[in-house]
Amino acid sequence: MTKYKNLSSPTKNMVSTFALVIGLFLILQILLLTGSVSSLVKGQLVPICAYIVMAVSLNLTVGILGELSLGHAGFMSVGAFSGVVMSSVLKQAGASDGLRLFVSILTGCVFGAIVGFLIGIPVLRLKGDYLAIVTLAFGEIIKSIMNNLYIGLDASGLHVNMLKDNLNMTDGRVIISGPMGVSGNDKLSTFFAGFLLILFCLFVIFNFVDSRAGRAVAAQRDNYIATESVGINVTKYKLTAFTISAGMAGMAGTLFALNYSTVVASKFDFNTSILVLVFVVLGGLGNMKGSILAAIVLTLLPELLRAFSTYRMLLYAIVLILIMLITNNPEMKHVVDTVLSRIKGLFRRRKGGAVND
Amino acid sequence: MTKTNMVPVPSLGIIPERDVNRMPILDIHHLGIDFGGLHAVEDFNLVIGRTEIAGLIGPNGAGKTTVFNLLTNVYTPSRGVILLDGVDIRGKKTWQLNEMGIARTFQNIRLFNKLTVEDNVKVGLHNICRYSTLEGVLRLPRYWKMEKEAHEKAMELLSIFDMQHMANYVAGSLPYGAQRRLEIVRALATNPKLLLLDEPAAGMNPSETAELMQNIRKIRDDFQIAIMLIEHDMNLVMGICEGIAVLNYGKIIAKGTPDQIKADPVVIEAYLGRQGEESLHAEG
Ligand SMILES: Nc1ncnc2c1ncn2[C@@H]1O[C@H](COP(=O)(O)OP(=O)(O)O)[C@@H](O)[C@H]1O
Ligand SMILES: [Mg+2]
Repeated sequence: MTKYKNLSSPTKNMVSTFALVIGLFLILQILLLTGSVSSLVKGQLVPICAYIVMAVSLNLTVGILGELSLGHAGFMSVGAFSGVVMSSVLKQAGASDGLRLFVSILTGCVFGAIVGFLIGIPVLRLKGDYLAIVTLAFGEIIKSIMNNLYIGLDASGLHVNMLKDNLNMTDGRVIISGPMGVSGNDKLSTFFAGFLLILFCLFVIFNFVDSRAGRAVAAQRDNYIATESVGINVTKYKLTAFTISAGMAGMAGTLFALNYSTVVASKFDFNTSILVLVFVVLGGLGNMKGSILAAIVLTLLPELLRAFSTYRMLLYAIVLILIMLITNNPEMKHVVDTVLSRIKGLFRRRKGGAVND
Repeated sequence: MTKTNMVPVPSLGIIPERDVNRMPILDIHHLGIDFGGLHAVEDFNLVIGRTEIAGLIGPNGAGKTTVFNLLTNVYTPSRGVILLDGVDIRGKKTWQLNEMGIARTFQNIRLFNKLTVEDNVKVGLHNICRYSTLEGVLRLPRYWKMEKEAHEKAMELLSIFDMQHMANYVAGSLPYGAQRRLEIVRALATNPKLLLLDEPAAGMNPSETAELMQNIRKIRDDFQIAIMLIEHDMNLVMGICEGIAVLNYGKIIAKGTPDQIKADPVVIEAYLGRQGEESLHAEG
C-alpha cells in the first residue's frame, strides 16, 4: 500500500511553491538593485509574470480539472482589451496609476470569467478530444471578434461597434481600433504587481484544490459516475474550475496588455495558447512549481538565444526537445533524480555535521 | 365539482412486520428497460421496507446490476414507476437521487483511486459538511469548522470497518477487500435512506465475508436504513436478507423469505441448482 504522506502533502506543496516564487522575486530584486540584470531581461519581467499566471491557470484546467483546453489565449485577450478600456475610462475619471491598474486587472478577471463561464456551459459537456477542438474554435472566435472590435471613449461615454464608421464619435479617443488594436496605451503594469498577482492566483488555486470543491473536481477526474453517485453535481464544479481558470487568464491578459503601448488581438492567437500549454505539459500536469519554472525558462530562452540570430528558433526547438526528453524519459529522469538526491544528501550531511560540532 | 385526491399506495409485496406502519422506502412498479432489442429488465415490481435488508439474486446477466443502474438513473427506465419514500423519482439525475437518499456501491469497484482513503470518504461527505467555494478559497471560519467536522465524521465512519489506520493510504493501493469496504463507507457517508450494494463480498475470502455479514447487519441496526444487496454468496444472502427477489432473464421469477426461496423449485431450476457452475464465472 502507498501512503500519501510519502508523496507530497498539499500543504507542503503550497508552502514550497510560495517559497519558490518569493525567493525568485527577492533574488531578482537584489540583482536589479546591483544593476546586474540586462535590459533585455528587465523588459521581460512583466510578460513573464503574465505567462506564469497563464500557465498556473491553464494547469488548473488541464492538470487539475483534467480537460485539455486549446483556447486559453482567448480569455487572455478578453482580459487584455477589457482591462485596457477600463484603464482609459479611469484615466478620464482622473484615478491614480495604482488604482487604475488594480481596477483594470479586476475588470479583466470579471470579463475573462464571464466569457469562460459562457463558453464552459456548452464545452464542458464534451469529452476529451472533442472538448479540445471546440476550445480551440472558441479561442479563434474570440480572436476574430477582438480583431473587428472598435471601442471609443468620449464625453458621452463608451462607444462599441464592429464597424469603425458606426462608432458615432463626436470627439474623444478611439481606444480599440479593430485589427490595429490599442495604441498610445499607458504602461501601468509593474513587476511588483505581477508578483502579487502570481501569489494571489497561487493562493486561490491551492485553496480551491484543498477544499470541498477541489475534492469534487479531483474525484470526477478519477471516476465520473462514482462522483455523481455520492450526490455531487459534477458539471457545476467543472464549470467553477473552468471559470476560475478563465478569470485568471483574464487578469494575466490585463497585466500583459498594460505593459505595452500597443496591443493587437493577433498576439493572443492559437500559438499563444499552445505556448502556454507547453509550459503546463513541460512543468508537469497539476504541478504549479513546474508551470512557473517552465514559463520563466521558455519565455527567457528566445531572448537569451538572440545572440545566435539566424539559428535562434532552431536552438529553441532543440532545447525544448532536450527538456522534454529529460523530464519525460524514465531513464533520463532516473539520472536527474539520482544527481538531485546526491546533492540533497550532501546538504543534509553538512547540516547534520554542524549540529554534531 | 370537487376532485378526489388520489394517492399512491404500496403495491403487493412483502416487507418486515416492523416496517408495516411506515411508508416503504422503495416501491417499484412495472420497471423495464430495453437495450436495443434486449429487454434487460421487464415488468419489475418490488417493495422494500424502511429497515429491511433485501436481496436481489440471479444468474449472471439476469439484469441485477441494471436494476441498480435504473434506481440511480445511470440508465433511464424505458417503462415503469419508482417511488422512493413515496416520491416519484422520474427525471431525477444521479446526484439528485443521492441527495434524495439512494447511495450505492459498484460491482466493478469505482473508488477515487488517486485520492487517499480519508478523502474518498470526505467526497462522500460533500453534501453533509457543506460550505461555499468562496468560503473554501478564502479559508473563512466555516471552512475550518466543516473540514474539522468532515475529518471527525470520516474517521468515525472508517471505524465501522476498523479502517482508521488506513486513512492516509492511497485508495487505489488498498487490497481488494478493503477497497470494497471503503466503497461502502463512502456510500454511507452520504447519509442514505437506502443503500445499494452490488456484490459486496465478491473477491473476499470466507472470513472476510463472515465479517462483512456482521457489519452489514450492524450498519442497518445503527443507521436504521434499508439495504438492498446483489450477491452470489448464498451463505451471506440467506444469512442476512429478510426478503429476496430472484431475477432471471430480466424478470422476477420468485419473491419471498430465504426459506421460501431456498425451497422454490423454479429458483432451484433456474439458479440455485446451477450455483456450482455459476460461481466459477461469478467475476463477470
Ligand atoms: N449499457 C448496456 N448496453 C447494452 N446491454 C447492456 C448494458 N448494460 C447491461 N446490458 C445487458 O443487460 C443484461 C443484464 O446485465 P447486468 O444487469 O449487468 O447483469 P447482472 O445480473 O449480472 O448484474 C446483460 O445481457 C448485459 O449484457
Ligand atoms: Mg452485475
